[in-house]
Amino acid sequence: MPDVIFELSFIWAGIIAFAVLVYVILDGFDLGLGILFPFAHTDRDRDVMMNSVAPVWDGNETWLVLGGGGLFAVFPLAYAIVMPALYMPIIIMLLALVFRGVAFEYRWKTVRWRRVWDSAFCGGSAVAALCQGIALGALVQGIEVDGRAYGGGWWDWLTPFSIATGVAVVCGYALLGATWLVMKTSGGVSHRMRDLAKPLAIITLVFVAGISVWTPFQDPEYFGRWFNWPGTLYTSPVPIALVVAIYLLFHGLATGRDKTPFFAAEAIFVLAFIGIGISFYPNIIPPALTIRKAAAPDSSLLFALVGTVILVPIILGYTAYAYWVFRGKIDPEEGYH
Amino acid sequence: MLSGFSAEILARVQFAFTVSFHIIFPAFSIGLASFLAVLNALWLRTGNPTYRALFDYWKKIFAVAFGMGVVSGIVMSYQFGTNWAVFSDRTGPVLGPLMAYEVLSAFFLEAGFLGIMLFGRERVGNGLHMFATAMVAFGTLMSATWILSVNSWMQTPAGYSINELGQFVPENWLEIVFNPSFPYRLLHMVLAAYLTTAFVVAGVGAWHLLKDRTDAAARKMFSMAMWMALLVTPLQIAAGDFHGINTLEHQPAKVMAMEGHYDSHPDGAPLILFGIPNPEEKRIDYAVEIPKLSSLILKHDLNAPLDGLDTIPDADEPPVAIVFFSFRVMVGIGFAMLAVGIWGGVQRYRKRLYDSPLLHRTAVLMGPAGFIAVLAGWITTEVGRQPFTVYGVMRTSESLSPIAAPAVAASLIAFIVVYFFVFGAGTFYIMRLMGKDVGAPKNLEDNGPTRTAGITPVQQVDRGNLAPGE
Ligand code: HDD
Ligand code: HEM
Ligand code: HEM
Repeated sequence: MPDVIFELSFIWAGIIAFAVLVYVILDGFDLGLGILFPFAHTDRDRDVMMNSVAPVWDGNETWLVLGGGGLFAVFPLAYAIVMPALYMPIIIMLLALVFRGVAFEYRWKTVRWRRVWDSAFCGGSAVAALCQGIALGALVQGIEVDGRAYGGGWWDWLTPFSIATGVAVVCGYALLGATWLVMKTSGGVSHRMRDLAKPLAIITLVFVAGISVWTPFQDPEYFGRWFNWPGTLYTSPVPIALVVAIYLLFHGLATGRDKTPFFAAEAIFVLAFIGIGISFYPNIIPPALTIRKAAAPDSSLLFALVGTVILVPIILGYTAYAYWVFRGKIDPEEGYH
Repeated sequence: MLSGFSAEILARVQFAFTVSFHIIFPAFSIGLASFLAVLNALWLRTGNPTYRALFDYWKKIFAVAFGMGVVSGIVMSYQFGTNWAVFSDRTGPVLGPLMAYEVLSAFFLEAGFLGIMLFGRERVGNGLHMFATAMVAFGTLMSATWILSVNSWMQTPAGYSINELGQFVPENWLEIVFNPSFPYRLLHMVLAAYLTTAFVVAGVGAWHLLKDRTDAAARKMFSMAMWMALLVTPLQIAAGDFHGINTLEHQPAKVMAMEGHYDSHPDGAPLILFGIPNPEEKRIDYAVEIPKLSSLILKHDLNAPLDGLDTIPDADEPPVAIVFFSFRVMVGIGFAMLAVGIWGGVQRYRKRLYDSPLLHRTAVLMGPAGFIAVLAGWITTEVGRQPFTVYGVMRTSESLSPIAAPAVAASLIAFIVVYFFVFGAGTFYIMRLMGKDVGAPKNLEDNGPTRTAGITPVQQVDRGNLAPGE
């Protein structure tokens, strides 16, 4: 498939996948930290947790807007089919994100209602993560297409498989959140999170393993893609890297390292993501809508590509700068006078 | 309770509801972001601590409003797909890239620099902090530019062809982005955002002046806002006039509905000031009108003929009453703003700007006027283009997702409940922030961190700051 490289629609599929991956990498830990909110013992700890992402969460979430907006721009047909198919989980996710997003501001503005916004933050984060996982599962299990529209009902997304992927994402994000806090905080919070990270990692991995076994049964083609020679040649580095990442995660947690667990947990997400990507390709919506068929006309792809190629590196640059400005451990005393 | 409504009506109500909530926040944060950049620049230049105090004061309000704008906006970007799937499939090739550019050039910019603007002054220093503040303001303007290009293209589509799948295919991107109504709409909306903010600031300043006429910060903000009101309102009225003339050229039916012209007027159309549209009889009841003035405004000629809705097939007519009333609300507020602006100018000239309680009370009353005008304006624009989503080419009834009515009804109810609860609380917090004194800055060094009850990356909440009841 040498021409694939030059095919705009495939370049775009790669860019969208990249946007979604960056979203998962970045927003995963800040949703995860919200999920872990109830595990903080004091208000003070919750302050620290929220403040560890307050300057960056908006940027993290913007990758979700890019994922959705990008799909609308370059794969309008896929957007038009996926959104109605996943109507309920998406609307619920959006509402959950509303609660979570406003909590960043509201919880500081009130004493009497602080509990309310703390639960909004936690509940919003958990429900958003669950819905994202459900949406993923519903996509993997396949979406019924009728002509140029979604052909199924409004509850099709709800299956044991999609629930399983939903719970997996909640646990996985919580793992990311816990390791992030290990890296960014000190004292009580960081100890508690280190203790939590291990069981979370185990649960997450059990889910990932279970789902990996289950996935090929959703569609025989997935099975073929993973286990047929020469495909295995390309796919085998993924499981090997996964083993390394898992080792680093547990080793890092056991030996009291601050940063290794976070990056190892992120690596597990990246690898799982690549795994899903391998299963999908060359479809954009399994089982039948291909990347090429869903793509907008070349003039749209090209126009959007020019801006993307110029702007995404700049965005990555100033995003990195913002993280750098707020680098290091959060000092709970900083700012108290 | 919503059974009996079609999925189409429910989806329209849902879109109108969510976007109406959304636009309230950008209308405020576009103006406020620029205001903050100006305040910070003035502080850096003059060293006057009042500017710094004002910056810190409005920054907190901005953070809350911006947060609400972001979460309500994310909902919008997914609503096209969930509720208007056919629309998305067909217009995606044209509108999608514009929205992608909005994300890339505006949303990331705002979000990336917002953290530094809110929390980073101590970490990056004044220079870079100023840069970040300016980038946030610039980002909000970029956002307005792209989304208004999108909306304007739906009003006055250009530069496209239609392929065999029924999709709109871009032919000329310059024509698409700079479609005929875009420059007018952009100018009118940005001025609207500035005016909305100016009147909020004026209202808050006036409120504090009513309590204490010597409050230096209240004086400063009231004065700045009254300059804006005096200078920008006439520009806005002129921009609105040009906008209307442009609309007459491209969407005559909308102007007929705005003007209430059911009938054609071959020799000079009257300007109907007030009246009640009567859709059954197709006339305006109890009309108070000035002969020939409409022709003068729209065609700059007293006797120019103007067509009425009798020349438009019934199936292509927008709902007249909504457009007729909302247009009058907007224009009425525009002239009320002009009056306040001039009044402030006169009082300033008489050196009584800070000593006229009546003016201050009026300014408090006019504080929310911009929001009402913005909503009324958008309702005029959007309802006036019905029954089309892409004007003249694609109908609203053809744009819908294949979603069952109960799903839409359930989500609509959820949106209504959640939005009133969440944004109601946010509005309450904003009002409470506005009720607090700016406080004369004694020593800047310890003014910095206290602000920040809340949005500093390090938890600096001085709980002692909050009254027990808060
Ligand atoms: C990017 C596109 C876009 C933008 C910026 C806006 N709209 Fe819109 N609007 C639409 C795209 C759209 C649409 C998708 O095209 C709708 C959905 C159904 C329809 O007929 O047009 C619509 C419908 C619609 C309706 C229902 C009209 C009817 O069904 O009779 C209202 C009241 C509004 N909008 C109000 C607004 C407000 C207050 C806006 C201010 C932000 C606004 N719109 C911006
Ligand atoms: C249906 C149309 C619209 C959609 C889909 C939409 C989409 C969005 C989204 C996704 C965000 C959040 C961005 C972030 O994460 O930072 C947002 C915020 C924003 N939008 Fe909209 N928007 C619409 C209408 C408008 C209009 C008409 C304007 C102004 C003219 C506008 C101006 C802004 C601005 C300035 C922000 C930044 C946040 C804020 O200031 O509150 N939007 N919008
Ligand atoms: C008094 C003079 C005014 C006139 C003659 C005027 C005229 C117009 C017209 C003709 C439209 C509809 C254009 C179309 O859809 O094709 C419009 C829309 C609008 N107006 Fe006004 N307007 C005035 C004042 C204001 C004020 C004071 C505000 C807000 C502070 C405002 C905010 C808006 C908004 C937000 C829209 C919708 C966006 C757009 O289409 O530009 N207008 N105006």
